[in-house]
Formats: sequence, structure tokens, C-alpha cells
Amino acid sequence: MDKEELIPHLFRNEFRKIIAVLCKAFGIEHISLAEDIAGETFLSALETWPYRGIPENPVAWLYAVAKNKARNQLIRQKIFKEKVAPQIRSGSEIEPETELDLSEKNITDSQLQMLFAVCHPAIPVEAQIGLALRILCGFGIEEIAHAFLTNKETINKRLFRAREKLRQENIPIEFPGKEEMKARLYAVLTTLYLLFNEGYYSESQDSILREDLCLESMRLTRLLIDFEKTDLPEVNALLSLMCFHASRFPARKDANGEIILYDDQDESLWDQELIKQGAYYLRRSAKGERISKYHLEAHIAYWHTIKTDSHEKWENILQLYNQLLQLSYSPVAALNRTYALAKANGPEEAIREAEKLGLTDNHFYYVLLGELYRGFDQEKAIVHFKKAVSLARTQTDRNTILKKLESLVIRK
Amino acid sequence: MDEYALIMRHEDGLKVASPEQLQEWMQQTREWIGRISAQNKFVSGTGLPFADAKVVHSDHTVTNGPFGDIKETIGGFIIVQADSVEEAVEFAKGSPVLQGQGNSMEVRKVSKRN
Repeated sequence: MDKEELIPHLFRNEFRKIIAVLCKAFGIEHISLAEDIAGETFLSALETWPYRGIPENPVAWLYAVAKNKARNQLIRQKIFKEKVAPQIRSGSEIEPETELDLSEKNITDSQLQMLFAVCHPAIPVEAQIGLALRILCGFGIEEIAHAFLTNKETINKRLFRAREKLRQENIPIEFPGKEEMKARLYAVLTTLYLLFNEGYYSESQDSILREDLCLESMRLTRLLIDFEKTDLPEVNALLSLMCFHASRFPARKDANGEIILYDDQDESLWDQELIKQGAYYLRRSAKGERISKYHLEAHIAYWHTIKTDSHEKWENILQLYNQLLQLSYSPVAALNRTYALAKANGPEEAIREAEKLGLTDNHFYYVLLGELYRGFDQEKAIVHFKKAVSLARTQTDRNTILKKLESLVIRK
Repeated sequence: MDEYALIMRHEDGLKVASPEQLQEWMQQTREWIGRISAQNKFVSGTGLPFADAKVVHSDHTVTNGPFGDIKETIGGFIIVQADSVEEAVEFAKGSPVLQGQGNSMEVRKVSKRN
């Protein structure tokens, strides 16, 4: 690997591991301290490596430095505890005998346990995603701000509040017990799913950053699958869904960074390796008695890996959406179901159904109606697309709809 | 918004349908529920298979049934949300159960739990 790339690469891979191990050793209330030590460790690397050369085993070097810094911190805490604390009665201290366990197993376990801690139901979901990006994915504050289309101050405040919450609730860094596992895993999967969507649908222009978000959420999901207790059908279904979606990354943007819609994508650009992986995890998800929404969405995503339209394809997608809507309603699922209905049974029936959806403040609703009418009533299609433009909330959406509108006006 | 139970009443629970026929009804039922779910009005529901059905009488005797004594059998129900009983009735009209001669749908308001 290139010298220039080494530190960023190590940072991405090792920062989160160091934080997780330190947090596990110190307790969640010292999460900021863990972040500081991990940060200082990389700072030391940046300062010394250019002069003394890159150590033979850079990873081991980082862990050794982090270990030293942690030890110094513990000694300082110990002095504080013995000499100063008795007078001022501070909060909890770190046990000075804490020894850092840097075994492969502890590094993996610590990361998984941190994942459960960060996705604790007591933490607001938005903060969970921020914390996950910072602590579990090693993202910088600026990157997180970019991904959320906001500024560093907002993210810093959000993370600060989340850390406070972790402290107040005294959330332990451990695997939940058997009875609790299901509910807690549900929260973890929700966060990973949102993290993926944040990357997939983000408005951020930085496509590398957005793909990174998706890949990170996939990495964390895979971490769960590699661990026996959490290698459950719905976790496999979630990863399958992510693989199928991610397979379209290379085809989703044109040279100018504009979104290319599914119908217009060059399917030869779809990543066949990821599609294969998606199918693999989909097969592994077909166990147990419960069908989760991830199972249904993964199956829908599977049908979308077949570009050619067929009645079978759309009939299956329609049925899957019917099931998905029973399990958990969302306006997007209702709109997609209606689109599948049009593809399976024709636009007339779909229009009748669409008019009952009552999503009149949603621009996608009018995009759908425009699409349904475009085949046989151009005038109505144009009216609906225009309404959609007026309701669209982002420039990207407006541009996409305007393109549809233009193609109609030209053809007329 | 109130909740209504839409109860599927079959004229004759002993009538045996072919597997293909059953398959088609299942499919139509899924579509019917899908239409209601797409409007975010579906709450819950279940089928009530006729196999192993029993009736427990007031003297605690148990009979197979409820066939024989009463002809009509409940095949399942779904609970929907609706602004009015008229809207619930509209949902009920979409049920594939009504394709069977003599079958009916009963619409009942669910009492509010406080």
C-alpha cells in the first residue's frame, strides 16, 4: 500500500477497534476518553512515522501506543483517586488494574457489544446513527455532517447528547441476555437499515462518502452474522437486501453525478458478485418461523435484480408488497405496491387504487400518478408531474421529475 | 377513526374446495388485504380453518362443529380502521368470500379498549 494511503486506511480500520476495546475496558461513561486516546494514538503516528519511518507492524504499533496512553491515563486516574478524589468525591473512576485485552476475540466482541450499546433504545435513533458512524465506523465529524447535510456544530451537539445519555443510563457494554436479545437486536437492525438508507438515498453530492456509509452498514451487519448468537434469519435477510441494492451502485449515477433511474440503468454495470452474495444471504435467511420486513424487502430487491419485465416478476413483487404493508405500513411501500399493481394488472386498476391512498402531500404520489397516466392520457400525466414538481423538496427530485415532464412535452 | 371487524361467513363449512380453488381464494384474499393495507387501514386478521373445529356447549359437552346444528360457519376475520361503518362496508364488499353463493360478510364495530 502507498505510504500516503496507509494512515487513512489504518485509521478507518483500527480507530473503531481501539475505541471499542478501550470503552469496553473503561466503561461506557468514559467514551469520550476512549475517543481521545484513540485520536491521540493516530496523532502520534502522524507525528512520528514520517521521521522514524513506518514501523514493521503498524497495527501492533498503534495498539502498543494506545495501550501506553491508556496506562498513563489509568495512573493519572489512580493518583487523582487517591490524592484528590477523597476531598471532592467525583463520579466513577476507572479501575486502575484494568489491563487491555487485545486478542482478536476481544476486539471483535468489543465492537459487537459497542454496537448493542450504541443502538440502545434509550438513545434517539438519529443520535444512534451519528454515534455508530463515529464510534463503530471511525467517521470524522465533518464526514458525518456532510452525510446528514448539516454542520459540524450540530453533529457535535448531537453526539454530545448521545454520550451523555449513554452515561446517564449507564448502559453496559455487553451482549444482551437471551430474553432481551430479540428486542435489542431489532433496534440494532433498525439502525443498520437506516444507516444503509442514509447512504443509499442521501442528498449528499459526495458519492464516495455515500457508498462508504452503505459499505460500513454492510460490514457491521456481517459482523453480526459472523457471531453465532446473532446469526439469525432476519440479520441474513437484511444483509441480502443491502447486497442487492448495493449491486446497483455502479449504474445509479451518470458522468455528471445525476441519478439514473432503475428503468434507464445499464444492467451490465450491476455488480454480479454482490448479487450472488445477496442470493447467498437470502438463502441463509430462509429459516425459522417468522417473516420479517427484511425478508420481504430482500425478496423484492431480488426480483429487481432481474431487469426484464414479466408478469411473474410483477405479480411476485405485488404479493410481497401486500405482505410488507400488512407487517409495517409506509407511504413508500404503498406507492411501490401500486406501481407493481400497474405492472401486473394494468394502469387502470392501479389508478383506481392510487386515488384511495390519500398521500396528497407526497410528491412521489403525483410522480406515480403521472407515470400511470403517461401511457394513455398525456394531459393528466403532465398535470400530475407538475404538481409533483411543486411539492418536491430537493433539487435532485425536482430535476428528475422535470426530465420526465420534458420527455412528455416533447413527445406530445 | 374506529375499528371494525369484517367477519367472513361461509354458508356451508363442510363443502370441500379443490386445492386449486383454495389457492385462488388465498391469492384473492391476499390481494384484498393488500388493497386495504395500502391505505394504512389494515389492523390485523386471521383465517379460522374448519379442520378440528369444536363447539363447547353450556353443559361442557363438546361437539365437532359448528356444522350440522347451524349451517353457517365463520371462516376468518380481519380488523380494519374506517372513518365510518359505510367505509368498512366498502372494504367488506371487496372480500372474495362474497363470490360464494350464500356466503356473507358481517361488519361489526370493535368496542374501544380504554
